[in-house]
Amino acid sequence: MTERGHIPESRQREKPRADLQWIGKSMKRVEDPRLLVGKGIYADDINEPEMAHAAVLRSPHAHARIVSIDVSKAQELPGVLCAMTGADAAKVCDPLPTWASPPVLQAVIADDRVRHVGEAVAAVAAVDRYIAEDACDLIEVEYEPLPPVVDPEEALTSTGDAVLHPERGDTNIGLERKLTFGPVEEDFAAADLVIERRIRWPRSGGQPLETVGAVASFDDGAGRFTIQCNTSMYNYCGWMIASTLRVAPHKLNIVPTLAGGSFGSKMFVHKVPVLAAVLARAVGRPVKFMEDRIDNTTSCDNHASDRVYYAKLALKRDGTLLSLKTRIIDDYGAYLQFGVGQHGNALSQCVGPYRINSVEVDLAAVLTNKCQQGAYRGFGSEVANFVIERLVDAAADELGIDRIALRRQNFIQPDQFPYLIPTGNMYDSGNYQAVLDETLKLADLEGWRAKQAEARKEGRYIGIGVATCQERSVFSATEFWMWNLEPGVEWTSSPDGVSVKIDPTGKAFVTLHSPFWGNSPETVAAQVLAEQLTIDPADIEITYSDTDQGLNSTGPGGSRFTVMVTGAIVGAAGKIREKLLRIAAHLMEADVRDLTLQDGAVHVKGVLDMKMSIAELADKAHYYRLSMPEDLDLTSGLDATYVYDHPVTTLPDPDERHMGIFYPIMGHSCHIPVVEVDVETGQVHFLHYAAVHDCGTMVNPMTLEGHIRGGTVNGIGTALFEEFSYDEAGQLTTALWTDYLIPTIKESPADIVVGHVETPSPFTEYGVKGGGEGGRMGGPPAIAAAIEDALKPLGVTIDSLPLPPSKLRALIRDAQARAA
Amino acid sequence: MAGVSVTFTVNGREVTATVDPRTLLVHFLREHLKLTGTHIGCDTSQCGACTVHLDGRPAKSCALLAVQLEGAEVTTIEGVAGPDGMHPMQAAFKEHHGLQCGFCTPGMVMMGIDIANRHEAPDEATIRRELEGNLCRCTGYHNIVASIAAGASSMRG
Repeated sequence: MTERGHIPESRQREKPRADLQWIGKSMKRVEDPRLLVGKGIYADDINEPEMAHAAVLRSPHAHARIVSIDVSKAQELPGVLCAMTGADAAKVCDPLPTWASPPVLQAVIADDRVRHVGEAVAAVAAVDRYIAEDACDLIEVEYEPLPPVVDPEEALTSTGDAVLHPERGDTNIGLERKLTFGPVEEDFAAADLVIERRIRWPRSGGQPLETVGAVASFDDGAGRFTIQCNTSMYNYCGWMIASTLRVAPHKLNIVPTLAGGSFGSKMFVHKVPVLAAVLARAVGRPVKFMEDRIDNTTSCDNHASDRVYYAKLALKRDGTLLSLKTRIIDDYGAYLQFGVGQHGNALSQCVGPYRINSVEVDLAAVLTNKCQQGAYRGFGSEVANFVIERLVDAAADELGIDRIALRRQNFIQPDQFPYLIPTGNMYDSGNYQAVLDETLKLADLEGWRAKQAEARKEGRYIGIGVATCQERSVFSATEFWMWNLEPGVEWTSSPDGVSVKIDPTGKAFVTLHSPFWGNSPETVAAQVLAEQLTIDPADIEITYSDTDQGLNSTGPGGSRFTVMVTGAIVGAAGKIREKLLRIAAHLMEADVRDLTLQDGAVHVKGVLDMKMSIAELADKAHYYRLSMPEDLDLTSGLDATYVYDHPVTTLPDPDERHMGIFYPIMGHSCHIPVVEVDVETGQVHFLHYAAVHDCGTMVNPMTLEGHIRGGTVNGIGTALFEEFSYDEAGQLTTALWTDYLIPTIKESPADIVVGHVETPSPFTEYGVKGGGEGGRMGGPPAIAAAIEDALKPLGVTIDSLPLPPSKLRALIRDAQARAA
Repeated sequence: MAGVSVTFTVNGREVTATVDPRTLLVHFLREHLKLTGTHIGCDTSQCGACTVHLDGRPAKSCALLAVQLEGAEVTTIEGVAGPDGMHPMQAAFKEHHGLQCGFCTPGMVMMGIDIANRHEAPDEATIRRELEGNLCRCTGYHNIVASIAAGASSMRG
C-alpha cells in the first residue's frame, strides 16, 4: 500500500501464447451475412400485431414554464389513440434513472418546465407515424419563457429564474469539487516553468446512423411489460427502467435488438423505452417509438463532453514533467444522467503516458439549457488526452525541445509497469517507446519534414503532428460514483457473463448477455470458444439473451467487451472442458491427468488413437447417465454459465488520497497525421496518416483495424467539423446532418496506415486489451498538433476545437494581423 | 386522406397498393411490404442508408413518394442476391470487412453495385467520388472502398 493504493494479484488463467489457433486471426465476421442481405433486425424493423406508432412534440424554447397545454384537438384526430402530457405521464411513471447524487430529476415528458430545446412536451400514439406527427401539430402549448443559460462559464453564477433545478438550490452548478493527488503545491513550487492554457473542447456526439428506438407492449393480464430496444446495460441495470415504470423488476422484460451503431450513445437508453412503455400501457397495444433525427440530436443521450479547461503543467527546465493542475468547467446540459462519470473516466489517464508526480482537478459540472450529456467514444478521457498532449507540445515549444524528444524523456518506462498514476488508477502494462518507434517508421517523418521544408518555399503549409495517447479500457463501476460526496450508488461490480451449451451432437451454442452495438461480439465469442474447446467456429451459434434469461452483464462501453467476453468464455469453457475430461477419463478408463483436449477431441496423451470426439462425449453426456460416474455434479448435459468479474479493480481510498484502480487495462497509441492547410480557404487536407495502437493481444486484427480507422475518422470529425452548436437563445443550430457535419468520404483520409504493437495485459485472459475507442482518443490532439505545425510560420496556436475552415481562417487572419 | 392507387415492380414482383399520397417510398417499402433491409438514417437525404435502385439507377428512397413510382422497377437489398446466396458485392463486403454496425450497409451495397454497373473497373478515386452521398459512421470508409473495388471485380467475373 502506498499513497497511490495497492495492486492486487493477477487472476489471469490464460497466458498469451504464440501457438493460438483462432485468437489473433483475422477471421471474417459471424455477424455479417444477415446484415448484408437486409435481414438484420434493428429496432425499427420490428412489427407487432396492432402496433401503434408514437411521435413527440418537443419544446421550441430552451427554458420556459409550461403555462398550459391542450391536447384535445390531437385526441380528436382520427387514428389517434392517445395524446399524453407530462402531467399524464407523471401519474403513471417516476423520473428517469440517474446516477447523479443528489439526483437531477428528469421526466420522460416535461411537466411544468422545459429545460432545453427538444425536450418532450407531449407524446402521441396513433395508428401510424404520419398521423401521430399530424396530431403533435394540433397540440397547443402556452409557454412563459425563462432566461436561457447557454454559456458554461456564465452558468457558474446563475441565480433566480435562470436556475434550471431550483429544488437543488439557487445554482446551476450540478457538482463542484476539487481533488488533489500527491504534492501538487510542492511540485509547482519546485517547477522552473509552468505552461498555462485555456483549452476548449466542443460538444460533439456519437451520431450513429441509427437513432434510438423501442417497441413496448404491456400484458395487462400478467401486469408485465416487454420492451424491445437498442440499448445496452439491460442486464446490468435494466431493472431501473422497471422502477421508473412503477412495476416490480420481474414485470419487465427488455429484449435487445441489433443497434445500428452506438459509439456510446446507446449505453443505457432510458427516455425512449420509457416513453414507448407508458404509451403502450395507456393504449393497450404495442407501441413503437423510433426517434427521428431531430428527436435524436435534440434530446438524445449522446451529446458528449463540452469542457473549458484552465490547465497548468509544471516542469523543470530540463524537460522533466512534475505536476498537472486543471480547473474544468463542463457544460452538462439540463440533466446529469451518468452523474459526472465522464470525469471519473478522465482521471484514469489524465497524466497520459508520462511520469507526472501529482495532479489537481478542480471541477465544476454546470447545468445549462441544452440536451443532457451522455457517452461518446472516449467518455471524457479523450478530452484529457487532448489537454495533456496540447500542454506537452506547448512545453516542448517553450523549452525549445523537440516535441517527440520531450515525450520520450517523460514516458513511463517498460520496466515500471504495473504503474499507479497519482489518481490511483493503474496502467497495467505498456511499451510507449516501441509504439512511437513503429509509428515513426510508418509515418516516414524525415521524408515528410523534407517535403514540408520544400513546400514552405512554395508558400504551402504542410504540418506534421505527433500524439502519444493512452487508450484505457475496461471500466469499473467506481468511475461513476467516485466524485460524489455522498454517492447514490456505490457499486463495485461491472461483470459480463456468458452461457455456453454443447448439444448432443457436439455443436456449441453461446448466449451473450449484452447486445450487438456495431462491434463484433459474435466473432469474438466464436474465436475464443473455438480456441478454448479446439473446435471450428463454424460449429458455434451465438444468440443474445433478454433480461428474463440474462446474467449480470455490463455490456459494451469503455472498450470493455472483448476483454470481458473473452474472460467469460474462458470461465465457461473451463467448466465444460473439465466435464469433458472427467467423462472421457471414465469412458476410456484413463487418468484425467493423462488426457488432453485437442482438435475437437479428448486424447490420451501418448496413446495413438485413444481419443473421443467432443460430439461422442456430448452424446454420452446427454443420453447415457448410467454410463457416467456416480458423481452428483455430473448431471446430464454439457453446459456452463460464467460471470466474469472485472479483472482488477480496487476501492477508492476513504480519505480520497487516490481513487483506486478503476480503468486499468491500458492500451496506448501514437498518431502521426500529415496535413496541408490551405491558408486562403482554411481547408485541411490529409496527405498521410499513420496510427499504431497497442491493444495487448489482438483477438481479431481485422476488426481492431476497423475500429482504429473508424475511430480515427470520428476523431477527424471532432477535430475539424463537428459541434452541437447552441446560439444565445439556446437554439440548437446544428440539429440536422445538413449542419452537423460528420465526415463524408471526402473528408476522410484515403488511407490511414495502421500498425500494431502487442504488449499483453498481465491481468486479462490471453493478455487482451480493449480497443474500441482509441482512434478518437488519438486523432484530435494529433490533428491539432499537425495544423499548428503547418501554421507555425504564421504563429497560430491551436487550443480549441473544432477547426472548420471558417475558424481556421479567423485564426490565420488574427495571426497575420498580429504579425503586421 | 384519399388514397391513390399505384402499381410498380419491387424485386421482380408486381405490387399494387392504395397509398396515402404523402407516403415516402422508404416507408412504403418498410411498412407496407415489410422490406426492412432499406434503412432510414438521417431523414434529410444526407446519409444514403435508404438507397435503392429505381429503374436501374440508385435513388434515395426517403426523397421519393411512393405515388411517383407508377410503372417503375425498384430493387432493394433483399432483391440482389441470387439463388446461390449473396450477390458478389455483398460477399465482397464480408470479405473486406466493409461493415461494422451494418446500418449504412444496404445503401452502400446498392451504391456499390451501381458503381460497378456504370464503371468497367472503378478505381479508388472513382469509388470515392461516387460515394459522396453515402455516410458511414463506423468504418472511416477505407474498407468500403476496398469492398466495392473487389465486388466490382467479382461482378465482371
